[in-house]
Amino acid sequence: MPITYTSGEQIEVYRFSIPVTVGVPLLALFLQAFLPRRFPFFSIFDLPLLVTIFFAMARRNPISGLFTGAAIGLTQDMLGAYPIGINGIAMTVVGYLASSLGAKLDVENAGARFLVTLGFYLVHAAVYFGVARYMVSLTLNWSWGRGILAGLANALLGVALYFVLDKFKQRT
Amino acid sequence: MESVLGRYRNLTILVGVLFLQVLGLAVQVKRSADAQNTRLIRIWAVGAITPFERGLVWAQNGTSNLLHSYLFLRGVRAENRQLKEQIEKLRLDQVRLSEDAEQAHRLQSLLGFKEQIIGKPLPAQVIGSSGSDLSQSIYIDKGSNDGVAPDMAVITAGGIVGKVLRVYPSTSLVLMINDQSSGVGALLEKTRLQGVLRGTPTGELMLERVMSDETVAPGDTVLSSGGDQIFPKGLPVGTVSKVSPGKEMFLSIKVKPAADLSRLEEVLVVTQKQEREPPVTQSGERVRAADILAQRLPSVPDKPATVGGATPAASGGVKLPPNGAGKPVTGAGTKLAPGALPAAGGNAASRGVAQPAPGEVLKNVVQKTAPGDAATNDAGSAAGSPAVLSDTSNATPNATPSNSANSPAKPATASPKPSQSNPPAASDDNPH
Repeated sequence: MPITYTSGEQIEVYRFSIPVTVGVPLLALFLQAFLPRRFPFFSIFDLPLLVTIFFAMARRNPISGLFTGAAIGLTQDMLGAYPIGINGIAMTVVGYLASSLGAKLDVENAGARFLVTLGFYLVHAAVYFGVARYMVSLTLNWSWGRGILAGLANALLGVALYFVLDKFKQRT
Repeated sequence: MESVLGRYRNLTILVGVLFLQVLGLAVQVKRSADAQNTRLIRIWAVGAITPFERGLVWAQNGTSNLLHSYLFLRGVRAENRQLKEQIEKLRLDQVRLSEDAEQAHRLQSLLGFKEQIIGKPLPAQVIGSSGSDLSQSIYIDKGSNDGVAPDMAVITAGGIVGKVLRVYPSTSLVLMINDQSSGVGALLEKTRLQGVLRGTPTGELMLERVMSDETVAPGDTVLSSGGDQIFPKGLPVGTVSKVSPGKEMFLSIKVKPAADLSRLEEVLVVTQKQEREPPVTQSGERVRAADILAQRLPSVPDKPATVGGATPAASGGVKLPPNGAGKPVTGAGTKLAPGALPAAGGNAASRGVAQPAPGEVLKNVVQKTAPGDAATNDAGSAAGSPAVLSDTSNATPNATPSNSANSPAKPATASPKPSQSNPPAASDDNPH
């Protein structure tokens, strides 16, 4: 079975046009790099992560999800100050898990999306800090207060963002 | 085997992708020259993103300039911008000069010590960030084409911002001081306690490695110590906002950054640092503590002597510092009492026992004494420092030298020839 950004499964599976598949992650990366300088509060959000979760859950294909996560995460790493791969590994795991979860559960309603996004934010943070501390030996510390707050903020933004991105869905 | 891989195909691919990324990470960590072995792909990513950021910043500034410069206050706007730039440069100079003044006292005796000053700041505009909340870094619109190189200090007029981490042709990545992987050598302005400034997960600044038995108060100014070899010494870093007991035996000191790190728009890259030696006084003569004490201890007064018909005062009436280095500026005329401070002697001389006749001038040599530092004063006088005052009063020409010799508590007697200087007499008064 060829790896594409669509997949045919039993439950409802969506696909996206190539411009959306390429453009939305790039736009998310660009906004994430640009907006925090103009609006400092925006740094708490992680748009690339939200986009990864959305595409993974909508396609419901673990392979597609992990590659989407890896691509976005690695690109994010290239723009950052730390070694390339820390975010890539974390996003790969999130993409894989989100698509696996999407294949088994209905994550179309707002409540489920909120909880799923909050959970995956924490998963992403755990993998990120684990890799950074124990594989790269970066002196990073985790703040529970900041982490929970950022998770809730991202979950809220995610619910709103997913409804916007739903417009680009195409049924297979 | 094939059936196992087929059954766990997704998982196998996941493990494979993760393995490849871990391998890539391992290569970067092992070589440690991360900026070199991943430079090409970083250039691609940065090259894809930063043109849009640069374009947006340009459009934003262009629109703003159009509105403000051409429609409203064209001339004033331009002039204001120039003045602001000038103020920023002057503030930098001011910070450096005030720190230099404090340094001068501490470092005068340290020959060979070299300090770094900002040689050439390059203005740059902030065009974006790293794109991750977990990494506090920014992109600026100046790169290797403009002379930017890794490890250059990035500052504002308010305080330090960070250091250049990676350089691309037209952009650079700056690691800010509030990043968790950043470390800046810092010291407290008042107590001169040194520590290491680090970022926290929440983007705040903490001063580490300050012992818990030290006294640190909120409001204390934090400066760069220069120990990191990146930031010149004495640049403002921030102010202490909270102090609490930390782990082990160190204090937990929270620092509010002097520069607004979350709202940076323009920064200065220190592309050139100059090293210079602090000015050392011309006469580096050391004054022995014994000599200083000798001036303050009582000694046997000189016997009045008559040489060639000259009065004793003329030949040996001037009491000089025992090291003999300081020449009396005003010549003979005043004899300082042993055991009395020079200043006191000078005042006493003006109130001398012998009444001077009108028209005669008595010059007293008074050493200006800075409070609390007698050694420095004596060194200063020995070196012929300008801290020497001349006191003028009337004196009698016929005052007997025996008066001065036999009454050490009465320091001054008049010399009939006040303009006649006789430096060798200084050795006569050496209490040793």
